[in-house]
Amino acid sequence: MRRRRFLLAVADHSLLIAAAALFLAPVVFILLTALMTNEQALSARLWPDPFQWSNFTEVFHQAPLWRWALNSFIYSSLATLGLLLSSIPVAYAFSRLRWRGRDAVFLVVLVTLMLPPQVTVVPLYVMWAKLDLVGSLWPLIIPNWFGDAFAIFLLRQFFLTIPEEYLDAARVDGCGELRILSTVVLRLAKPAIAAVALFSVLYTWNDFFLPLLYLSDNPDNWVASIGLSQFRSLHQVQWNLVMAATLLVMLPVIVLFFLAQKAFVEGVTLTGVKG
Amino acid sequence: MWRRRGTVLLFLSPWIVGFSVFFGYPLVMSAYLSFTSYDLLSSPRWIGLGNYRYLFREDPEIWTAVRNTLWLVAVLVPLQVLFAFGVATMLARAKQGAGFFRTVFYLPALVPPVAATLGFVYLLNPATGPVNTILDKLGIDGPLWFNDPTWSKPSLTLLGLWGIGNIMVIFLAAILDVPRHLTESAQLDGAGPLRRLRWVTLPTVSPVILFSVVIGVIAAMQYFTQAYVAAAVAAGQASQAGSVSTLELGYPEGSTMFYPILLYYNGFRFFQMGYASAMAMLMLGVAFALTLLILVNSRRWVHYQGAAR
Repeated sequence: MRRRRFLLAVADHSLLIAAAALFLAPVVFILLTALMTNEQALSARLWPDPFQWSNFTEVFHQAPLWRWALNSFIYSSLATLGLLLSSIPVAYAFSRLRWRGRDAVFLVVLVTLMLPPQVTVVPLYVMWAKLDLVGSLWPLIIPNWFGDAFAIFLLRQFFLTIPEEYLDAARVDGCGELRILSTVVLRLAKPAIAAVALFSVLYTWNDFFLPLLYLSDNPDNWVASIGLSQFRSLHQVQWNLVMAATLLVMLPVIVLFFLAQKAFVEGVTLTGVKG
Repeated sequence: MWRRRGTVLLFLSPWIVGFSVFFGYPLVMSAYLSFTSYDLLSSPRWIGLGNYRYLFREDPEIWTAVRNTLWLVAVLVPLQVLFAFGVATMLARAKQGAGFFRTVFYLPALVPPVAATLGFVYLLNPATGPVNTILDKLGIDGPLWFNDPTWSKPSLTLLGLWGIGNIMVIFLAAILDVPRHLTESAQLDGAGPLRRLRWVTLPTVSPVILFSVVIGVIAAMQYFTQAYVAAAVAAGQASQAGSVSTLELGYPEGSTMFYPILLYYNGFRFFQMGYASAMAMLMLGVAFALTLLILVNSRRWVHYQGAAR
Protein backbone atom coordinates (compact mmCIF):
# COMPACT_ATOMS: atom_id res chain seq x y z
CA MET A 1 0.00 0.00 0.00
CA ARG A 2 2.72 2.44 1.01
CA ARG A 3 4.77 1.31 -1.97
CA ARG A 4 1.83 2.01 -4.22
CA ARG A 5 1.39 5.48 -2.83
CA PHE A 6 5.08 6.15 -3.34
CA LEU A 7 4.86 5.04 -6.96
CA LEU A 8 1.81 7.24 -7.48
CA ALA A 9 3.67 10.23 -6.08
CA VAL A 10 6.58 9.51 -8.41
CA ALA A 11 4.25 9.31 -11.41
CA ASP A 12 2.57 12.53 -10.37
CA HIS A 13 5.95 14.30 -10.23
CA SER A 14 7.59 12.47 -13.15
CA LEU A 15 8.19 15.58 -15.25
CA LEU A 16 9.61 17.44 -12.25
CA ILE A 17 11.87 14.51 -11.36
CA ALA A 18 13.15 14.26 -14.93
CA ALA A 19 13.91 18.00 -15.00
CA ALA A 20 15.62 17.81 -11.60
CA ALA A 21 17.77 14.90 -12.83
CA LEU A 22 18.84 17.00 -15.84
CA PHE A 23 19.75 19.87 -13.51
CA LEU A 24 21.80 17.62 -11.23
CA ALA A 25 23.52 15.75 -14.07
CA PRO A 26 26.21 18.37 -14.82
CA VAL A 27 27.42 18.40 -11.23
CA VAL A 28 27.35 14.60 -11.04
CA PHE A 29 29.44 14.23 -14.21
CA ILE A 30 31.86 16.92 -13.07
CA LEU A 31 32.30 15.07 -9.77
CA LEU A 32 32.77 11.70 -11.51
CA THR A 33 35.40 13.19 -13.82
CA ALA A 34 37.16 14.82 -10.89
CA LEU A 35 37.63 11.32 -9.45
CA MET A 36 39.05 9.72 -12.61
CA THR A 37 42.63 9.13 -13.61
CA ASN A 38 43.84 11.27 -16.49
CA GLU A 39 43.54 8.40 -18.99
CA GLN A 40 39.95 7.71 -17.96
CA ALA A 41 39.03 11.40 -18.23
CA LEU A 42 40.32 11.39 -21.79
CA SER A 43 38.39 8.23 -22.68
CA ALA A 44 34.68 7.80 -23.31
CA ARG A 45 34.14 6.23 -19.89
CA LEU A 46 31.54 7.68 -17.55
CA TRP A 47 32.33 5.85 -14.31
CA PRO A 48 35.71 6.21 -12.56
CA ASP A 49 37.56 2.96 -11.86
CA PRO A 50 39.47 3.22 -9.61
CA PHE A 51 38.31 6.31 -7.75
CA GLN A 52 41.29 8.62 -7.58
CA TRP A 53 40.54 10.75 -4.53
CA SER A 54 44.08 12.12 -4.56
CA ASN A 55 43.09 14.48 -7.39
CA PHE A 56 41.69 16.79 -4.78
CA THR A 57 45.07 17.11 -3.08
CA GLU A 58 46.96 17.10 -6.38
CA VAL A 59 45.23 20.30 -7.59
CA PHE A 60 46.68 22.17 -4.63
CA HIS A 61 50.16 21.21 -5.85
CA GLN A 62 49.39 22.14 -9.45
CA ALA A 63 48.02 25.61 -8.73
CA PRO A 64 48.12 28.09 -5.82
CA LEU A 65 44.47 27.53 -4.94
CA TRP A 66 44.90 28.81 -1.36
CA ARG A 67 46.52 31.98 -2.63
CA TRP A 68 43.59 32.58 -5.03
CA ALA A 69 41.07 31.82 -2.29
CA LEU A 70 42.81 34.25 0.06
CA ASN A 71 42.73 37.01 -2.58
CA SER A 72 39.06 36.29 -3.25
CA PHE A 73 38.42 36.45 0.48
CA ILE A 74 40.18 39.82 0.80
CA TYR A 75 38.23 41.19 -2.18
CA SER A 76 34.91 39.81 -0.88
CA SER A 77 35.24 40.94 2.72
CA LEU A 78 36.64 44.44 2.13
CA ALA A 79 34.19 45.13 -0.70
CA THR A 80 31.21 43.89 1.32
CA LEU A 81 32.22 45.82 4.43
CA GLY A 82 32.56 49.05 2.47
CA LEU A 83 29.37 48.43 0.56
CA LEU A 84 27.36 48.08 3.76
CA LEU A 85 28.95 51.04 5.56
CA SER A 86 28.42 53.36 2.61
CA SER A 87 25.06 52.15 1.25
CA ILE A 88 23.10 51.99 4.52
CA PRO A 89 23.11 55.76 5.26
CA VAL A 90 22.38 56.54 1.60
CA ALA A 91 19.42 54.16 1.57
CA TYR A 92 18.21 55.80 4.79
CA ALA A 93 18.37 59.25 3.18
CA PHE A 94 16.37 57.96 0.21
CA SER A 95 13.67 56.38 2.38
CA ARG A 96 13.31 58.04 5.79
CA LEU A 97 14.59 61.60 5.36
CA ARG A 98 12.41 64.16 3.58
CA TRP A 99 14.07 66.49 1.11
CA ARG A 100 13.26 68.19 -2.15
CA GLY A 101 14.12 66.24 -5.32
CA ARG A 102 14.50 62.94 -3.48
CA ASP A 103 12.54 60.85 -5.97
CA ALA A 104 14.24 62.45 -8.97
CA VAL A 105 17.69 61.74 -7.53
CA PHE A 106 16.64 58.19 -6.72
CA LEU A 107 15.73 57.74 -10.38
CA VAL A 108 19.36 58.59 -11.16
CA VAL A 109 20.43 55.76 -8.84
CA LEU A 110 18.15 53.39 -10.75
CA VAL A 111 19.59 54.51 -14.09
CA THR A 112 23.14 53.79 -12.90
CA LEU A 113 21.86 50.34 -11.96
CA MET A 114 20.50 49.68 -15.45
CA LEU A 115 23.44 50.83 -17.56
CA PRO A 116 26.06 48.27 -18.59
CA PRO A 117 29.40 48.65 -16.74
CA GLN A 118 31.20 48.52 -20.09
CA VAL A 119 30.00 52.08 -20.73
CA THR A 120 32.42 53.57 -18.20
CA VAL A 121 35.12 50.92 -18.18
CA VAL A 122 37.73 52.61 -20.38
CA PRO A 123 38.11 55.89 -18.43
CA LEU A 124 38.01 53.99 -15.13
CA TYR A 125 40.84 51.76 -16.30
CA VAL A 126 42.82 54.84 -17.37
CA MET A 127 42.17 56.38 -13.95
CA TRP A 128 43.46 53.35 -12.03
CA ALA A 129 46.40 53.06 -14.41
CA LYS A 130 47.37 56.68 -13.68
CA LEU A 131 47.16 55.95 -9.96
CA ASP A 132 49.43 52.96 -10.61
CA LEU A 133 46.90 50.60 -9.01
CA VAL A 134 46.27 48.26 -11.96
CA GLY A 135 47.36 44.79 -10.87
CA SER A 136 46.25 45.35 -7.27
CA LEU A 137 42.90 44.51 -5.67
CA TRP A 138 42.10 48.18 -4.97
CA PRO A 139 40.28 48.99 -8.25
CA LEU A 140 37.88 46.16 -7.37
CA ILE A 141 37.42 47.12 -3.72
CA ILE A 142 37.43 50.92 -3.50
CA PRO A 143 34.30 51.69 -5.60
CA ASN A 144 32.26 49.61 -3.15
CA TRP A 145 33.09 52.09 -0.38
CA PHE A 146 31.08 54.79 -2.14
CA GLY A 147 27.58 53.32 -2.27
CA ASP A 148 26.37 50.53 -4.52
CA ALA A 149 23.22 51.18 -6.54
CA PHE A 150 21.75 47.70 -6.08
CA ALA A 151 22.38 47.70 -2.32
CA ILE A 152 20.91 51.18 -1.98
CA PHE A 153 17.83 50.07 -3.91
CA LEU A 154 17.24 46.90 -1.86
CA LEU A 155 17.87 48.54 1.52
CA ARG A 156 15.61 51.48 0.63
CA GLN A 157 12.77 49.09 -0.18
CA PHE A 158 13.17 47.47 3.22
CA PHE A 159 13.61 50.71 5.19
CA LEU A 160 10.31 51.95 3.71
CA THR A 161 8.46 49.10 5.44
CA ILE A 162 9.57 50.17 8.94
CA PRO A 163 6.58 51.86 10.65
CA GLU A 164 7.03 55.59 11.12
CA GLU A 165 5.97 55.35 14.80
CA TYR A 166 9.21 53.53 15.66
CA LEU A 167 11.25 56.42 14.30
CA ASP A 168 9.00 59.09 15.76
CA ALA A 169 9.28 57.53 19.21
CA ALA A 170 13.04 57.82 18.95
CA ARG A 171 12.79 61.39 17.65
CA VAL A 172 10.60 62.38 20.62
CA ASP A 173 13.30 60.95 22.88
CA GLY A 174 15.65 63.47 21.29
CA CYS A 175 17.63 61.14 19.06
CA GLY A 176 19.36 62.57 16.01
CA GLU A 177 18.94 60.83 12.65
CA LEU A 178 22.34 59.15 12.97
CA ARG A 179 21.32 57.70 16.35
CA ILE A 180 18.00 56.51 14.92
CA LEU A 181 19.76 54.86 12.01
CA SER A 182 22.40 53.16 14.11
CA THR A 183 20.02 51.90 16.79
CA VAL A 184 16.40 51.53 15.67
CA VAL A 185 16.75 51.01 11.91
CA LEU A 186 19.83 48.81 11.97
CA ARG A 187 18.25 46.49 14.49
CA LEU A 188 15.02 46.17 12.52
CA ALA A 189 16.73 45.81 9.15
CA LYS A 190 19.07 42.97 10.08
CA PRO A 191 17.58 40.46 7.62
CA ALA A 192 17.76 42.94 4.74
CA ILE A 193 21.35 43.83 5.62
CA ALA A 194 22.21 40.13 5.81
CA ALA A 195 20.67 39.62 2.37
CA VAL A 196 22.62 42.51 0.87
CA ALA A 197 25.85 41.25 2.44
CA LEU A 198 25.16 37.78 1.06
CA PHE A 199 24.54 39.11 -2.47
CA SER A 200 27.73 41.12 -2.28
CA VAL A 201 29.83 38.16 -1.14
CA LEU A 202 28.37 36.00 -3.92
CA TYR A 203 28.88 38.71 -6.52
CA THR A 204 32.50 39.33 -5.61
CA TRP A 205 33.38 35.62 -5.39
CA ASN A 206 31.83 35.02 -8.83
CA ASP A 207 33.04 38.26 -10.43
CA PHE A 208 35.18 37.70 -13.50
CA PHE A 209 35.10 40.85 -15.66
CA LEU A 210 36.80 43.24 -13.22
CA PRO A 211 39.46 40.74 -12.06
CA LEU A 212 40.23 39.95 -15.71
CA LEU A 213 40.58 43.64 -16.43
CA TYR A 214 42.73 44.65 -13.48
CA LEU A 215 44.53 41.50 -12.31
CA SER A 216 45.43 39.59 -15.50
CA ASP A 217 49.06 40.69 -15.56
CA ASN A 218 49.72 40.06 -11.88
CA PRO A 219 49.25 36.34 -10.99
CA ASP A 220 50.14 37.05 -7.34
CA ASN A 221 46.80 38.82 -6.95
CA TRP A 222 44.65 36.45 -8.97
CA VAL A 223 41.30 35.68 -7.38
CA ALA A 224 39.64 32.25 -7.62
CA SER A 225 37.57 32.99 -10.74
CA ILE A 226 40.47 34.27 -12.81
CA GLY A 227 42.81 31.57 -11.52
CA LEU A 228 40.35 28.86 -12.45
CA SER A 229 39.91 30.29 -15.95
CA GLN A 230 43.69 30.15 -16.46
CA PHE A 231 44.07 26.75 -14.83
CA ARG A 232 44.11 24.70 -18.03
CA SER A 233 46.60 26.86 -19.86
CA LEU A 234 48.86 27.09 -16.81
CA HIS A 235 50.60 23.74 -17.10
CA GLN A 236 48.56 21.91 -19.72
CA VAL A 237 46.79 20.22 -16.84
CA GLN A 238 44.33 17.42 -17.28
CA TRP A 239 40.55 17.53 -17.32
CA ASN A 240 40.22 15.47 -14.15
CA LEU A 241 42.21 18.10 -12.22
CA VAL A 242 40.37 20.97 -13.90
CA MET A 243 37.06 19.46 -12.82
CA ALA A 244 38.37 18.96 -9.26
CA ALA A 245 39.40 22.63 -9.14
CA THR A 246 36.03 23.63 -10.62
CA LEU A 247 34.24 21.79 -7.82
CA LEU A 248 36.47 23.38 -5.19
CA VAL A 249 35.61 26.86 -6.51
CA MET A 250 31.88 26.01 -6.46
CA LEU A 251 32.03 24.60 -2.95
CA PRO A 252 32.19 27.81 -0.84
CA VAL A 253 29.16 29.24 -2.63
CA ILE A 254 27.10 26.11 -2.05
CA VAL A 255 28.15 25.90 1.62
CA LEU A 256 27.29 29.58 2.05
CA PHE A 257 23.86 28.96 0.54
CA PHE A 258 22.99 26.20 2.99
CA LEU A 259 24.32 28.16 5.97
CA ALA A 260 22.58 31.38 4.97
CA GLN A 261 19.28 29.71 4.17
CA LYS A 262 18.86 29.06 7.87
CA ALA A 263 20.08 32.50 8.92
CA PHE A 264 17.55 33.98 6.56
CA VAL A 265 14.51 32.22 7.93
CA GLU A 266 15.63 33.07 11.48
CA GLY A 267 16.24 36.68 10.56
CA VAL A 268 12.83 37.12 9.05
CA THR A 269 10.98 35.53 11.97
CA LEU A 270 13.07 37.39 14.58
CA THR A 271 12.26 40.94 13.52
CA GLY A 272 8.50 40.70 13.91
CA VAL A 273 8.08 43.61 11.51
CA LYS A 274 6.05 43.11 8.39
CA GLY A 275 5.49 45.56 5.58
CA MET B 1 16.53 73.87 8.37
CA TRP B 2 20.25 74.11 7.68
CA ARG B 3 20.97 71.34 10.11
CA ARG B 4 18.51 69.09 8.31
CA ARG B 5 20.04 69.84 4.96
CA GLY B 6 23.42 69.06 6.46
CA THR B 7 22.17 65.69 7.70
CA VAL B 8 20.84 64.76 4.25
CA LEU B 9 24.12 65.73 2.61
CA LEU B 10 26.11 63.83 5.21
CA PHE B 11 24.07 60.65 4.66
CA LEU B 12 24.24 60.99 0.90
CA SER B 13 27.92 61.89 0.77
CA PRO B 14 29.28 58.39 -0.04
CA TRP B 15 26.95 58.12 -3.02
CA ILE B 16 27.59 61.69 -4.20
CA VAL B 17 31.34 61.06 -4.24
CA GLY B 18 30.91 57.59 -5.77
CA PHE B 19 28.50 58.78 -8.42
CA SER B 20 30.77 61.64 -9.45
CA VAL B 21 34.08 59.76 -9.46
CA PHE B 22 32.99 56.30 -10.63
CA PHE B 23 30.06 57.19 -12.91
CA GLY B 24 29.70 60.85 -13.91
CA TYR B 25 33.34 61.56 -14.62
CA PRO B 26 34.02 58.34 -16.58
CA LEU B 27 30.80 58.84 -18.57
CA VAL B 28 31.92 62.29 -19.67
CA MET B 29 35.46 61.04 -20.30
CA SER B 30 34.10 58.13 -22.32
CA ALA B 31 32.21 60.57 -24.54
CA TYR B 32 35.36 62.67 -24.96
CA LEU B 33 37.66 59.70 -25.65
CA SER B 34 35.25 58.42 -28.30
CA PHE B 35 36.37 61.36 -30.47
CA THR B 36 40.06 60.60 -30.00
CA SER B 37 42.69 58.08 -30.87
CA TYR B 38 44.18 56.85 -27.61
CA ASP B 39 46.50 53.97 -26.72
CA LEU B 40 47.07 54.75 -23.01
CA LEU B 41 50.79 55.52 -23.58
CA SER B 42 50.65 58.77 -25.55
CA SER B 43 47.98 61.36 -24.81
CA PRO B 44 44.62 61.24 -26.63
CA ARG B 45 44.64 62.75 -30.13
CA TRP B 46 41.40 64.39 -31.39
CA ILE B 47 40.16 62.71 -34.57
CA GLY B 48 36.58 63.99 -34.66
CA LEU B 49 34.08 61.47 -35.90
CA GLY B 50 36.77 59.06 -37.10
CA ASN B 51 35.90 56.32 -34.63
CA TYR B 52 32.21 56.53 -35.40
CA ARG B 53 32.82 56.48 -39.13
CA TYR B 54 34.88 53.31 -38.72
CA LEU B 55 32.28 51.87 -36.35
CA PHE B 56 29.30 52.34 -38.66
CA ARG B 57 30.91 52.01 -42.07
CA GLU B 58 34.08 49.97 -42.03
CA ASP B 59 34.57 47.69 -39.04
CA PRO B 60 33.86 44.18 -40.40
CA GLU B 61 33.60 42.70 -36.92
CA ILE B 62 31.10 45.03 -35.35
CA TRP B 63 28.08 43.60 -37.18
CA THR B 64 29.00 40.06 -36.25
CA ALA B 65 29.14 41.20 -32.63
CA VAL B 66 25.83 43.06 -32.88
CA ARG B 67 24.15 40.10 -34.59
CA ASN B 68 25.42 37.69 -31.96
CA THR B 69 24.20 39.92 -29.16
CA LEU B 70 20.80 40.30 -30.84
CA TRP B 71 20.68 36.50 -31.06
CA LEU B 72 20.91 36.40 -27.27
CA VAL B 73 18.05 38.88 -26.96
CA ALA B 74 15.89 37.04 -29.49
CA VAL B 75 16.60 33.43 -28.50
CA LEU B 76 18.34 33.06 -25.13
CA VAL B 77 16.22 35.53 -23.15
CA PRO B 78 12.79 34.24 -24.32
CA LEU B 79 13.90 30.64 -23.80
CA GLN B 80 15.11 31.43 -20.29
CA VAL B 81 11.87 33.16 -19.39
CA LEU B 82 9.72 30.35 -20.86
CA PHE B 83 11.78 27.62 -19.23
CA ALA B 84 11.83 29.37 -15.85
CA PHE B 85 8.07 29.84 -16.08
CA GLY B 86 7.56 26.17 -16.92
CA VAL B 87 9.70 24.99 -14.04
CA ALA B 88 8.00 27.41 -11.64
CA THR B 89 4.55 26.17 -12.71
CA MET B 90 5.60 22.57 -12.08
CA LEU B 91 7.09 23.53 -8.71
CA ALA B 92 3.94 25.37 -7.67
CA ARG B 93 1.99 22.15 -8.20
CA ALA B 94 4.44 19.82 -6.45
CA LYS B 95 2.92 18.24 -3.39
CA GLN B 96 5.97 16.40 -2.11
CA GLY B 97 9.59 17.44 -1.79
CA ALA B 98 8.95 21.04 -2.87
CA GLY B 99 11.90 22.27 -0.81
CA PHE B 100 14.27 19.73 -2.35
CA PHE B 101 13.21 20.51 -5.92
CA ARG B 102 13.40 24.25 -5.34
CA THR B 103 16.98 23.89 -4.09
CA VAL B 104 17.96 21.73 -7.09
CA PHE B 105 16.64 24.26 -9.61
CA TYR B 106 17.91 27.29 -7.74
CA LEU B 107 21.49 26.31 -6.83
CA PRO B 108 23.02 26.37 -10.35
CA ALA B 109 22.27 30.11 -10.47
CA LEU B 110 24.74 30.61 -7.62
CA VAL B 111 27.56 28.60 -9.19
CA PRO B 112 30.43 30.88 -10.28
CA PRO B 113 30.04 31.48 -14.04
CA VAL B 114 33.66 30.55 -14.74
CA ALA B 115 33.21 27.19 -12.98
CA ALA B 116 29.87 26.51 -14.68
CA THR B 117 31.33 27.32 -18.09
CA LEU B 118 34.38 25.10 -17.57
CA GLY B 119 32.03 22.31 -16.52
CA PHE B 120 29.86 22.68 -19.60
CA VAL B 121 32.82 22.88 -21.99
CA TYR B 122 33.95 19.57 -20.53
CA LEU B 123 30.47 17.98 -20.55
CA LEU B 124 30.00 19.00 -24.19
CA ASN B 125 33.54 18.09 -25.21
CA PRO B 126 33.01 16.65 -28.74
CA ALA B 127 35.33 13.66 -28.54
CA THR B 128 35.10 12.31 -25.01
CA GLY B 129 32.60 14.46 -23.14
CA PRO B 130 29.81 12.65 -21.25
CA VAL B 131 27.02 14.18 -23.37
CA ASN B 132 28.37 12.95 -26.68
CA THR B 133 29.32 9.62 -25.09
CA ILE B 134 25.72 9.10 -24.03
CA LEU B 135 24.36 10.32 -27.39
CA ASP B 136 26.74 7.88 -29.06
CA LYS B 137 25.36 5.00 -27.00
CA LEU B 138 21.88 5.99 -28.17
CA GLY B 139 23.11 5.85 -31.74
CA ILE B 140 23.16 9.63 -32.24
CA ASP B 141 26.18 11.37 -33.70
CA GLY B 142 26.63 14.33 -31.32
CA PRO B 143 27.56 17.78 -32.66
CA LEU B 144 30.87 19.53 -32.00
CA TRP B 145 29.15 21.94 -29.55
CA PHE B 146 31.55 24.71 -28.48
CA ASN B 147 33.87 23.89 -31.39
CA ASP B 148 31.26 24.36 -34.13
CA PRO B 149 30.12 27.87 -35.12
CA THR B 150 26.50 26.74 -35.58
CA TRP B 151 26.41 24.97 -32.22
CA SER B 152 28.43 27.31 -30.00
CA LYS B 153 25.55 29.68 -29.22
CA PRO B 154 23.09 26.81 -28.56
CA SER B 155 25.73 25.38 -26.20
CA LEU B 156 25.88 28.70 -24.36
CA THR B 157 22.08 28.62 -24.28
CA LEU B 158 22.11 25.26 -22.49
CA LEU B 159 24.47 26.80 -19.97
CA GLY B 160 22.10 29.78 -19.65
CA LEU B 161 19.08 27.54 -19.09
CA TRP B 162 20.93 25.72 -16.32
CA GLY B 163 21.26 29.01 -14.43
CA ILE B 164 17.64 30.23 -14.48
CA GLY B 165 17.28 29.88 -10.70
CA ASN B 166 16.82 33.56 -9.93
CA ILE B 167 13.99 34.15 -12.42
CA MET B 168 12.44 30.82 -11.43
CA VAL B 169 12.23 31.82 -7.76
CA ILE B 170 10.60 35.14 -8.65
CA PHE B 171 8.07 33.39 -10.92
CA LEU B 172 7.31 30.81 -8.27
CA ALA B 173 6.55 33.49 -5.68
CA ALA B 174 4.31 35.29 -8.19
CA ILE B 175 2.42 32.14 -9.18
CA LEU B 176 1.83 31.18 -5.55
CA ASP B 177 0.52 34.71 -5.07
CA VAL B 178 -2.24 34.37 -7.66
CA PRO B 179 -5.49 34.78 -5.68
CA ARG B 180 -7.16 31.42 -5.12
CA HIS B 181 -10.67 32.71 -5.73
CA LEU B 182 -9.73 33.69 -9.30
CA THR B 183 -8.51 30.22 -10.24
CA GLU B 184 -11.43 28.55 -8.50
CA SER B 185 -14.13 30.68 -10.09
CA ALA B 186 -12.52 30.14 -13.50
CA GLN B 187 -12.64 26.41 -12.81
CA LEU B 188 -16.31 26.62 -11.88
CA ASP B 189 -16.95 28.41 -15.16
CA GLY B 190 -15.51 25.36 -16.87
CA ALA B 191 -12.06 26.66 -17.82
CA GLY B 192 -9.48 23.87 -18.31
CA PRO B 193 -5.87 24.12 -17.06
CA LEU B 194 -4.60 25.75 -20.27
CA ARG B 195 -7.29 28.41 -20.35
CA ARG B 196 -6.79 29.09 -16.64
CA LEU B 197 -3.08 29.59 -17.37
CA ARG B 198 -3.83 31.95 -20.26
CA TRP B 199 -6.61 34.01 -18.69
CA VAL B 200 -5.91 33.90 -14.95
CA THR B 201 -2.30 33.08 -14.13
CA LEU B 202 -0.57 34.89 -17.00
CA PRO B 203 -2.33 38.25 -16.57
CA THR B 204 -1.65 38.31 -12.83
CA VAL B 205 1.96 37.32 -13.27
CA SER B 206 2.60 39.65 -16.22
CA PRO B 207 4.41 42.41 -14.26
CA VAL B 208 6.90 39.78 -13.11
CA ILE B 209 7.33 38.54 -16.67
CA LEU B 210 8.02 42.09 -17.80
CA PHE B 211 10.54 42.50 -14.98
CA SER B 212 12.35 39.30 -15.95
CA VAL B 213 12.43 40.27 -19.64
CA VAL B 214 13.93 43.67 -18.80
CA ILE B 215 16.53 42.09 -16.52
CA GLY B 216 17.22 39.44 -19.17
CA VAL B 217 17.75 41.97 -21.95
CA ILE B 218 20.07 44.06 -19.76
CA ALA B 219 22.03 40.92 -18.88
CA ALA B 220 22.17 39.84 -22.56
CA MET B 221 23.72 43.19 -23.53
CA GLN B 222 26.46 42.64 -20.93
CA TYR B 223 26.94 38.93 -21.67
CA PHE B 224 30.67 38.36 -21.25
CA THR B 225 32.09 35.81 -18.83
CA GLN B 226 30.57 32.60 -20.20
CA ALA B 227 31.37 33.48 -23.81
CA TYR B 228 34.90 34.62 -22.98
CA VAL B 229 35.79 31.55 -20.95
CA ALA B 230 34.13 29.08 -23.32
CA ALA B 231 35.93 30.56 -26.33
CA ALA B 232 39.29 30.59 -24.56
CA VAL B 233 39.03 27.00 -23.30
CA ALA B 234 37.58 25.53 -26.51
CA ALA B 235 40.16 27.38 -28.62
CA GLY B 236 42.95 26.20 -26.32
CA GLN B 237 41.80 22.65 -26.87
CA ALA B 238 41.61 23.04 -30.63
CA SER B 239 45.13 24.36 -31.05
CA GLN B 240 47.50 22.52 -28.77
CA ALA B 241 50.41 24.91 -29.34
CA GLY B 242 50.99 28.61 -29.99
CA SER B 243 48.90 31.42 -31.48
CA VAL B 244 45.88 30.80 -29.27
CA SER B 245 45.19 34.46 -28.49
CA THR B 246 44.21 35.44 -32.04
CA LEU B 247 42.06 32.34 -32.39
CA GLU B 248 40.33 33.01 -29.06
CA LEU B 249 38.34 36.09 -30.06
CA GLY B 250 34.86 34.75 -30.70
CA TYR B 251 36.07 31.19 -31.25
CA PRO B 252 34.88 29.38 -33.34
CA GLU B 253 34.82 31.72 -36.35
CA GLY B 254 33.47 34.73 -34.48
CA SER B 255 30.33 32.87 -33.43
CA THR B 256 30.81 33.79 -29.75
CA MET B 257 32.05 37.32 -30.39
CA PHE B 258 29.45 39.34 -28.50
CA TYR B 259 29.48 43.11 -28.30
CA PRO B 260 31.11 43.43 -24.84
CA ILE B 261 33.76 40.87 -25.85
CA LEU B 262 34.72 42.87 -28.92
CA LEU B 263 34.76 46.04 -26.80
CA TYR B 264 37.08 44.38 -24.31
CA TYR B 265 39.45 43.17 -27.02
CA ASN B 266 39.56 46.55 -28.74
CA GLY B 267 40.15 48.44 -25.51
CA PHE B 268 42.34 46.15 -23.48
CA ARG B 269 44.04 43.74 -25.88
CA PHE B 270 44.59 46.03 -28.88
CA PHE B 271 44.67 49.22 -26.73
CA GLN B 272 42.43 51.18 -29.09
CA MET B 273 40.77 52.95 -26.19
CA GLY B 274 39.25 55.73 -28.27
CA TYR B 275 37.51 53.20 -30.46
CA ALA B 276 36.40 51.14 -27.45
CA SER B 277 34.90 54.34 -26.01
CA ALA B 278 32.94 54.92 -29.22
CA MET B 279 31.63 51.36 -28.91
CA ALA B 280 30.69 52.13 -25.29
CA MET B 281 28.75 55.21 -26.39
CA LEU B 282 26.78 53.20 -28.91
CA MET B 283 26.06 50.65 -26.19
CA LEU B 284 24.89 53.42 -23.87
CA GLY B 285 22.47 54.72 -26.50
CA VAL B 286 21.05 51.29 -27.28
CA ALA B 287 20.70 50.30 -23.61
CA PHE B 288 18.87 53.52 -22.89
CA ALA B 289 16.54 53.24 -25.87
CA LEU B 290 15.80 49.58 -25.24
CA THR B 291 14.91 50.14 -21.59
CA LEU B 292 12.54 52.96 -22.55
CA LEU B 293 10.99 50.92 -25.35
CA ILE B 294 10.24 47.94 -23.13
CA LEU B 295 8.81 50.11 -20.37
CA VAL B 296 6.54 52.08 -22.72
CA ASN B 297 5.33 49.02 -24.61
CA SER B 298 4.57 47.14 -21.41
CA ARG B 299 1.40 49.16 -20.81
CA ARG B 300 -0.25 47.20 -23.59
CA TRP B 301 0.17 43.73 -22.18
CA VAL B 302 0.93 44.09 -18.49
CA HIS B 303 -1.90 44.01 -16.02
CA TYR B 304 -1.25 45.44 -12.57
CA GLN B 305 -3.64 44.14 -9.97
CA GLY B 306 -5.99 46.79 -8.68
CA ALA B 307 -4.81 49.35 -11.24
CA ALA B 308 -7.23 51.08 -13.59
CA ARG B 309 -6.60 50.17 -17.22
